Amino acid sequence: MSDYRVSHLAALEAEAIYIFREVAATCQRPVLLFSGGKDSIVMLHLAQKAFAPAPIPFPVMHVDTGQNFDEVLDFRDRRVAATGVQLLIASVQDAIDRGLVTEPPDGTRNRIQTPVLLEAAEKYQFDALFGGARRDEEKARAKERVFSFRDDFGQWDPKNQRPELWNLYNGRVHPGEQIRVFPLSNWTELDVWRYIGEQDIELPPVYFAAEREVVDRGGMLFAVNRFIRPKDGEPVFTEKIRYRTVGDATLTAGVRSDATTVDQIIAEVAATRITERGATRGDDKTSEAAMEDRKREGYF
Amino acid sequence: MTQAPTFATEAPPEATELLRFATAGSVDDGKSTLIGRLLFDTKTLFEDQWDAVEAVSAGRGDEYTDLALLTDGLRSEREQGITIDVAYRYFATPERKFIIADTPGHIQYTRNMVTGASTADLALILVDARKGLVEQSRRHAFLCSLLRVPHMVLCVNKMDLVDYDEETFKRIEKEFCAFTTKLEVPDLTVVPISALKGDNVVSRSANMPWYQGPSLLHHLEKVHIASDRNLVDVRFPVQQVIRPHSNDNHDYRGYAGQIASGVMKPGDDVMVLPSGFTSKIASIETADGPLAEAFPPLSVTVRLEDELDVSRGDMLCRPANQPRVAQDVEAMVCWMDEQRPLRLRGKYAIKHTTADVRAIVKDVQYQLDVNTLHRDESADELKLNEIGRVTLRTTKPLLCDDYRRNRSTGGFIIIDESDNRTVGAGIIV
Repeated sequence: MSDYRVSHLAALEAEAIYIFREVAATCQRPVLLFSGGKDSIVMLHLAQKAFAPAPIPFPVMHVDTGQNFDEVLDFRDRRVAATGVQLLIASVQDAIDRGLVTEPPDGTRNRIQTPVLLEAAEKYQFDALFGGARRDEEKARAKERVFSFRDDFGQWDPKNQRPELWNLYNGRVHPGEQIRVFPLSNWTELDVWRYIGEQDIELPPVYFAAEREVVDRGGMLFAVNRFIRPKDGEPVFTEKIRYRTVGDATLTAGVRSDATTVDQIIAEVAATRITERGATRGDDKTSEAAMEDRKREGYF
Repeated sequence: MTQAPTFATEAPPEATELLRFATAGSVDDGKSTLIGRLLFDTKTLFEDQWDAVEAVSAGRGDEYTDLALLTDGLRSEREQGITIDVAYRYFATPERKFIIADTPGHIQYTRNMVTGASTADLALILVDARKGLVEQSRRHAFLCSLLRVPHMVLCVNKMDLVDYDEETFKRIEKEFCAFTTKLEVPDLTVVPISALKGDNVVSRSANMPWYQGPSLLHHLEKVHIASDRNLVDVRFPVQQVIRPHSNDNHDYRGYAGQIASGVMKPGDDVMVLPSGFTSKIASIETADGPLAEAFPPLSVTVRLEDELDVSRGDMLCRPANQPRVAQDVEAMVCWMDEQRPLRLRGKYAIKHTTADVRAIVKDVQYQLDVNTLHRDESADELKLNEIGRVTLRTTKPLLCDDYRRNRSTGGFIIIDESDNRTVGAGIIV
């Protein structure tokens, strides 16, 4: 340390901690979106570090599509209990039952998460919502600010973003408006995995390779579970797979892998040639601007 | 560039240092192609990204795969074939991790350029070898010098289209060096390249044996950035006070923040501004344990030996090395708002380090033409993308330094209080 240099991971961590503290100090009612996925687990870890030895000064919220991997929900509940933060659940199933949203004919609930998220933000009057999105994930995200302003309808206007200079973030909003905050903006998938390894952060088992019963749909391998049922005549076979992203269980595919440890995953990620979302997310395949469109509607 | 790349399978070793650079160029000078080339040749490009770009290129009937498509993210950009906003790109080599702030050259150039340059360790400016320096090259160089980007690289691109001619390169290099001597550019490197063909981008090109310098990537990997930080002046803007309110920690009181400059150690004498009270650093803490010393860019929690009244917006410094405590502030301001100009007597909110104050514009001294550096002293407002020198009077003192000495305590943003938009950026002079 005597030459006063820091590793790039230490620099990214310091930046993220600074961002968490800025929001806690300047916004009225922040909330951390927490799904039990690896990016949100890293976020929770960073939030704990930012305020230690004090507890995290805001709740966490899960927009639960009702179609999550059981292991991830178990992990979510355990992790939240160990941290001592308050967990709020915004339930998509409940919103369907109440008629706020309509179940799409294809049964995927990704897009109808947005009204549920916005309703919960309004109900609890959240003015700052932390998300784990990274700019390396997708082309529209590459242009989004760390503090991303959303209007009364939660909409993102890419042509009307607040300039972001130095480390001076403008989190000012009027009632009803929000800032979406992305402390991991400058991290890549590899950075996240290296940080998980360096900090020895626990993850749900779905991230590690195991023999799973799968079906092949359009080149993507979906594990058979209570949400993914083989269609008539659809071949089911066993593959050793792990998940690179963990979203809605009806949409998230696994990748063939032998990696059962974080170090092995890092080696695979470093060598992989397909983007994270491209490999595993059915929701981004709709069109070239799928993410941009969803963000405009208020998606994360 | 017509064949698909061969993709690496070996894992790169642990990257160690972070280098942020901003790219600037005018339309058609090949900036997007250069970034595509860097991503492509460092094997950062993913197969599905390549496939998508190839498909779009082929669909449009392009002669070669248009790497610019990699960086144009928004639908309106693809439709109009332009880049609207600053885009961030990432790549790593065994030496370093790189963050590129890719700023468009043609629209909102000043706003975007200033935004990208504000955090950059290095600025990369492109010119077309056939055209030489154009108005925008000078403007980009000026803005980078205004924002005190410590390192500058001029890439003379499209050398393949001038038959790799040394004289052409030398002429442009000489002209640019002459221009930058009038600016504050501490470190300048000039590299002849062809982004399209890959000459001197990743490795030295056999087409230009007369060029003895490093390839662009080699320079990006090796340029010495560790001493760019200010490690002399201790400046610790307090973000918030950590008080756990728990039985284990009921006496705990720590000041959380990111070190802006200087090196702090337990036992050091410190002064709290603006109050002027002094104490000693009892400990510097992180969630991973206490530190023997702390320096930028670490985020830490500082505890003092005495119970003092310290809150967000205050600053810790050394008693013998204090920032200015100023309510009358002279600054170069870059205006970024399309809707309303900066006006004499206008009132705004200012965010400076962790402090929020209000300010009134007491004087617009001049508006600067960034192409000619001519000063228009008759100006009494600054419109979108204009830069000028103004005098501000703030409601509370700013704890600040000259920007040229300290990029962290010398910069501020200006916010329109009616709609909370960020409308300008200021550099304290």
